[in-house]
Amino acid sequence: MQTKKTARFEDIPTLLWGLAFGIVFGFLLQKGGATKYDVIIGQLLLTDFTVLEIMLSAVLTGMIGIYAMKSLGWVQLHPKSGSVGMNVIGGLIFGVGFAVLGYCPGTIAGAIGNGYLDAAVGGLAGILIGSGLFAAFYPRINQGILKKGDFGDLTLPRLFKVNGWVVVVPVAGLILLLLYWLERAGL
Amino acid sequence: MMDIFTQVRWSPYVVGVGIGILSWFTFLISKRPIACSTTFARLSGMIEILFRGGRVAQKPYYQKVQLMVDWQMMLVLGVVIGSLLSALLSGDFRWQWVPLIWASAFGSAPLRRIGVALLGGVLIGFGARWADGCTSGHGISGTLQLAVSSWISAVCFFVGGILTALLIF
Repeated sequence: MQTKKTARFEDIPTLLWGLAFGIVFGFLLQKGGATKYDVIIGQLLLTDFTVLEIMLSAVLTGMIGIYAMKSLGWVQLHPKSGSVGMNVIGGLIFGVGFAVLGYCPGTIAGAIGNGYLDAAVGGLAGILIGSGLFAAFYPRINQGILKKGDFGDLTLPRLFKVNGWVVVVPVAGLILLLLYWLERAGL
Repeated sequence: MMDIFTQVRWSPYVVGVGIGILSWFTFLISKRPIACSTTFARLSGMIEILFRGGRVAQKPYYQKVQLMVDWQMMLVLGVVIGSLLSALLSGDFRWQWVPLIWASAFGSAPLRRIGVALLGGVLIGFGARWADGCTSGHGISGTLQLAVSSWISAVCFFVGGILTALLIF
């Protein structure tokens, strides 16, 4: 446990892998159009389904691969803990901000790389301020609203008390159905 | 073959599958999921230290997330670089103050757009911390793990976003 007040860093190999993964992620996001305000707002206005198509394809692929590797014992899951108070309220606040800003934390980094100055100047300052405001609020809400309806790091398979694949397969099917329907509807 | 990288756009399905496969590797090699929003909380804290001194690191929230240069911070830095690389290769890079859809609805004055982007950013920063994740961490990584916290968050991101967008425009 590090207790020194000097700047702390994770080890170099870990940092380098993070950088490498980030470069690939940013490259993909930019090629997908996800670093653009028009594409993101188009999704929220339900006229351009690029964002959903990217996310659903990622979830489909990721879910199958990671649950397969989990069955093989190669990886462990790292589900985030949550509660109704955290995820519903936080999610909705985020959603409003998403529509007002037109970027999210990941895509804002991508937008900065794309040259979009509203992201680099306004958006970035805003995210830093908003995060700081939360850190100031945190002690007041940590034991209260953030814990309302706490369910911990529950996953759907554990909620239904079934094997992971019992959920993965139908979810994969639903995603494929939704993507197929979007394609057919010309969205 | 190199033409692929100079293309301005790839199919969203190719991009999505690519991100999914990338996730396999982040789990396998770094033992963690793709995520972005905690980095901004750390950056905020680190910047605050510059103004108000080291005691900022003692704030309960910063003790929880730990103000340090970590894997995720490098990932977010990588996103900037990767996006820049992609945009330069396809000629899609350009300095731009005001996006087109915004300009056609609210005019092309940069200050107005910056002001609104700032407000939106505050809500995103605050909301992401409240929900403990964003569209990458919850929306992609969490949902693919079938985490209940992430499915709830992702639905709320979009419900909030869609209602607000329809209201604004």
